[in-house]
Amino acid sequence: MAFVLVLIAMGALVSRMYVLQVVDNDRYSAISDKNRIQLKPEKPTRGLIFDRSGVLIADNKPSYSVTVLKEEMAGELQQIVAQVGDIIDLSARDLERFNKRLERRRRPYESVMLRSRLTPQEIAKLSVNYHRLPGIRVEADLIRFYPYGETLVHAMGYVGRINERELKRVDEKNYSATNYIGKLGIEKFYESELHGTVGMRKVETNARGRVMRVLENIEPVPGKDLQLTIDLPLQQITEKLLQNEKASVVAIDPRTGGILALVSTPGYDPNLFVTGISNKAYNALRESPDLPLFNRAIRGGYPPGSTIKPITALAAIDSGAVPVDYTVYDPGWYTIADDRYQRKYRDWKRSGHGNVNLNLALAQSCDVWFYDAGHKTGVDNISHYMDMFGLGKVTSLDLPEAIAAVLPTKSWKKRRYKQSWYPGDSLNLSIGQGYLVTTPLQLATTAMLLANRGVWRQPKLLMGFREVGSKGEVLLTQPDTQGSNPKPDNIQLKDPALWDAVIAGMTEVMHGKRGTARKVGGDAPYLIAGKTGTAQVVGIKQGERYDASKLLKKHRDHALFIAFAPVDDPKIAIAVVVENGGKLGGGGSSTAAPLARKILDAYLLGVDPQQQWGGEIL
Amino acid sequence: MSKDFSRSMQNSSSHLRRKPGIWSYTHLDAPLLILLLMLCAFGLFVLYSASAQDSGYVMKQAVRMGVGFVAMLVVAQISPGLLERWAPWVYAGGVILLVCVLLFGVGAKGAQRWLALPGIRIQPSEIIKVVLPLTVAFCLAGRPLPPTLKQCCIALLLIALPTLLIMKQPDLGTSLVIASSGIFVLLFSGIRWRYIFLSLAAATACLPVLWMTMKEYQKQRVMTFLDPESDPLGSGWNIIQSKTAIGSGGFSGKGWLEGTQSQLNFLPESHTDFIIAVLAEEQGLLGVMALITLYLLIIARGLWMAAQVSDSFGRLICGSIILTFFVFIFVNIGMVSGILPVVGLPLPMMSYGGTSIVTLMMGFGVIMSVHTHRNVVI
Repeated sequence: MAFVLVLIAMGALVSRMYVLQVVDNDRYSAISDKNRIQLKPEKPTRGLIFDRSGVLIADNKPSYSVTVLKEEMAGELQQIVAQVGDIIDLSARDLERFNKRLERRRRPYESVMLRSRLTPQEIAKLSVNYHRLPGIRVEADLIRFYPYGETLVHAMGYVGRINERELKRVDEKNYSATNYIGKLGIEKFYESELHGTVGMRKVETNARGRVMRVLENIEPVPGKDLQLTIDLPLQQITEKLLQNEKASVVAIDPRTGGILALVSTPGYDPNLFVTGISNKAYNALRESPDLPLFNRAIRGGYPPGSTIKPITALAAIDSGAVPVDYTVYDPGWYTIADDRYQRKYRDWKRSGHGNVNLNLALAQSCDVWFYDAGHKTGVDNISHYMDMFGLGKVTSLDLPEAIAAVLPTKSWKKRRYKQSWYPGDSLNLSIGQGYLVTTPLQLATTAMLLANRGVWRQPKLLMGFREVGSKGEVLLTQPDTQGSNPKPDNIQLKDPALWDAVIAGMTEVMHGKRGTARKVGGDAPYLIAGKTGTAQVVGIKQGERYDASKLLKKHRDHALFIAFAPVDDPKIAIAVVVENGGKLGGGGSSTAAPLARKILDAYLLGVDPQQQWGGEIL
Repeated sequence: MSKDFSRSMQNSSSHLRRKPGIWSYTHLDAPLLILLLMLCAFGLFVLYSASAQDSGYVMKQAVRMGVGFVAMLVVAQISPGLLERWAPWVYAGGVILLVCVLLFGVGAKGAQRWLALPGIRIQPSEIIKVVLPLTVAFCLAGRPLPPTLKQCCIALLLIALPTLLIMKQPDLGTSLVIASSGIFVLLFSGIRWRYIFLSLAAATACLPVLWMTMKEYQKQRVMTFLDPESDPLGSGWNIIQSKTAIGSGGFSGKGWLEGTQSQLNFLPESHTDFIIAVLAEEQGLLGVMALITLYLLIIARGLWMAAQVSDSFGRLICGSIILTFFVFIFVNIGMVSGILPVVGLPLPMMSYGGTSIVTLMMGFGVIMSVHTHRNVVI
C-alpha cells in the first residue's frame, strides 16, 4: 500500500522531469545558451586619410583612459574614485559625465570610462598606486589625431564621440563597440567606408560575466583608407597666405574636379573636438566675431561681383542677344532707355571707359557693357546660363555641408519677395550684385568650367580608396556611387568659338595692357585667365561714392578673384574670396588676385612663396 | 513476551532451514547495503562535477559516507529492544538541546541551527530526526494496534514539540520532514481513517496561522514558488536556473562535466540542495531515471524488510524511516524541478553535507537491526 503511494509520487517526479527535459527541452536549451553565450563586439580600426601624394593627414593614435570596474570595488566605488582624484586631475565635469555613464545599462564586467587622455605621468602615477585601487584600470584606445590641426579642418571635418541621435541613425550592431563617428566633412561623408565592420567574439561567460573561452571569433574589418585630392603643401601655403584674414580659397584640378586646396580662415584645431571640447573653449570659438567654426569655402554666401561677368558675357553672346563684336559707348553710367526716372546705373569708373567691346569689357570689368548686354539678354537667359554653371545648387560630390546659395529668377523673386522682376534687377544680376549669392566653391567650379570650356567635372575631395598592394604599390579604387548630386550636363554653346572670346577677355585681365590685374599677371611665366571682382557689402545710395576708409571694416567690400592657368592647358582653377578686402582693404585686383598668383605659382612652378617674397606674404 | 517468543520460534524454524551466512553475524542486509553503496558511488560521481571538479569535496564526502557506513554497522548491532528503551531518553535530550539551540545556538542567514561545543558543531534537529519515529513508535507500540485516541494525541504532542522548536530556528524544511516522519508512524499504526481526515481538515484550517508565523524569507520562498518569474534575478533566480539546467539537459544530457549551467555557476547551490539539477543537465532524463530507480529499489527493499517484521514497534519505525527517506527525495526533487516551494532539504546521499548522510545511514542501520534481530530471542 505504502509502496504504491511511493511509486505514484516517484512517477509524478519522473513525469515532471520528462516535461522539463523532453517536452520543453528546446525552450530551456535556448535559455541556457542565452545565459552562457555573450557576443562581445570588437571595434574596427578607422580608416586613415592621406593627401594626394600619400602624406598621412588623419591618423589613429593610442590614447589612454582610466576606467572603473564596479564588480571589483565591493561597494566602495565613490571612495576609490575619490582616491583616484587625489592622484590625477578629475574635474567636476569629468565626474559628472562619469556618473552619467555609470547609470547607463551595461553588461556585468564592462568597465566604465572615468577620464580619457591620460598623460604618461598620470599613467605612471596610477600604476604605482594600482594595489590600493581595486577595479581601477588604465585602458588603451585608438583615437583620431589630425597632425596638421587647423590647416585641414575645413577640408576634412573631424570625428567626435558618438551621441544618442547618431546611434539611432547608424546600424546599431555595427557600432556596438564604436565610440567615435564622423561629425563633419569627409569624416562624415565617408563614415561608412572609414568605419569598417565590427568584429564579434562569441564567448562563453560564467554567471559573473567572466569570459571562460572564446567560441567563435569574427575579426573586425578595418575601415578603408582614403586618399584625397588635397595637395597638402598647396593647402599649407594657402593657409599661410590667408593668415589673419577672414578669407577662403578653393582650388580645383579642372581635369578631374579634384579639389587641390580648400581653405577657410580662421580655422580651429579639430583635435579639440575628438574627445570632447570643453564648454569654455567651445563658447570662445562660437562667439568669436571671426567665426572660425564657419566653413566659408563651402557655406559662405557672397555676391560674386564682377567675377560673374564671364558667365554674363557668354549668356549675352551665346543667346544671340548681342553679337560677339558688340560695342558700347560707356560715359560712366547706364540708363535703361524706357526708364521713366532715367535712373543712372554707375560704372565703377566714374569717368567711363569710352567705346568698349567684349574683350575690353572683361579686361577692364566695364560695368556699362554688361548692363547693356545684360538688359538685352534678360533675366531668363542669364539665370539659365548661371544654372548651367552650377550656381544656386550643390554640384560637389563629397562635401556634405556645401550650400546651394541663391540663383535668382523671376519666379524665385515672386516666391521670396512677392515682387515682380524689375529691369534693374537684371542689371545688378549682370554684374554679380543684387540677389545673386555664390560660395567660393561655386566660383571655383565656374573657373573650372571656363577652363574646361563647359565640360563638367564635379568637385570632389576623394581621389580613391587607398590600398597598398603586395609590392608596396598604392592602389586606388573608386566608390561605386559618389554622392547624390547628379552630374550636370556639359555646357554646349551654339558656337564653341565663343569660349575663346571669353577666355581671351579673361586672359586680357591678367596680361593685357589695360587689364585690371595686369600688375599681378604681367610677369607670370605662364598665361593666366582671370577675373577680378569686388562685391558690395552695403548698398551705396544714388550719387554717393564708395570710400573704404570711411566705412566700418565689416562694411567694406569683399575682394574676389577667379582664375585658371595655364590658359592653353589648364591645370588649376581657383577662387579667392577675402572678406572686406582684407587688411589692405583692397578689391579683387589688389587683394585677391595677388594671393591667387602666389598660389598658382606655388602649384604650377613649385615656388614657395615664403622664399620668393621673404617673410612678406601679403 | 510469549507472543514474541512464539513468533521467534516460527521464524527460527525457517531460519534453521538456511545456513547462517556471514551476513547474519554482521546484522547487515546485503541487498540494501549494495544498493546504498551504489547510491553513494553515484553521488560522488555527480558531486565531482557539481563541485567544479574539486576532488577535495569528493574526498570529504567519501569520508562522511564511510562514517555513515560505520554508524550504520554500529546501529545495526543494537537490538531493537535497546532502541525502544533508550528512544524516549534520547528524545528528551534532543528536545532539551533544541531549546538550547534557541537560547545559545549559532548559525547563519538569520537562522540558529547549531550548537557550538568545543571542537564540534552539532545540529540537534538531526538527532530528533532519528529518534522521533522511535519515540512515537514506542508510544504507540505499548498497546495492541490500532492506537487509541489518547495515544494518538500523545503521539501528536511528541511530534509537535520538536517540530515547533525547529520551525522556530527557523528551519522549515527539516521541521516538515521531522513532522512527516512522526506522522508516518501514526499512519503505519493503522490509525482510523476518520482521524486522518479530521487532522487533514485541521491542518488546512491551520495554514493561515502557519502563514502568519512564517518569517519574511519563508513567505518570499512560497511566493517565489507560486510565481518564479516575478523576481527573476532575486528569489526566483534559483528556481529559474535549476529548471533551465534540468530542461536544457534533454533526454541524454550534455555529458559529464559539460553542463554549462552548473559548470559556469549559473546554478546556485549546485553541489548541495540543487545537485539533482547537475545530474539532470549532464546525464539528462536517463540519469534522473537511473537515480530514481536506485532510490525506488532501496525503498522497495526497505519496505519489504519492514513487512517481514512482525512486532509493531519494529514495523512502525522501519516504515517510518523508509518513508522519511522518501519524503527527502520527493521534496528535494520536487523543489528543484519547480513543483514544490524551495525548502532547504538535501537530496539523500547525493547532496554535499555530512549530518544528513550519517543520520540517514543510522536510519538504515535501525532497519537492518530490526530486520536481522527478528530471529533472535531476546
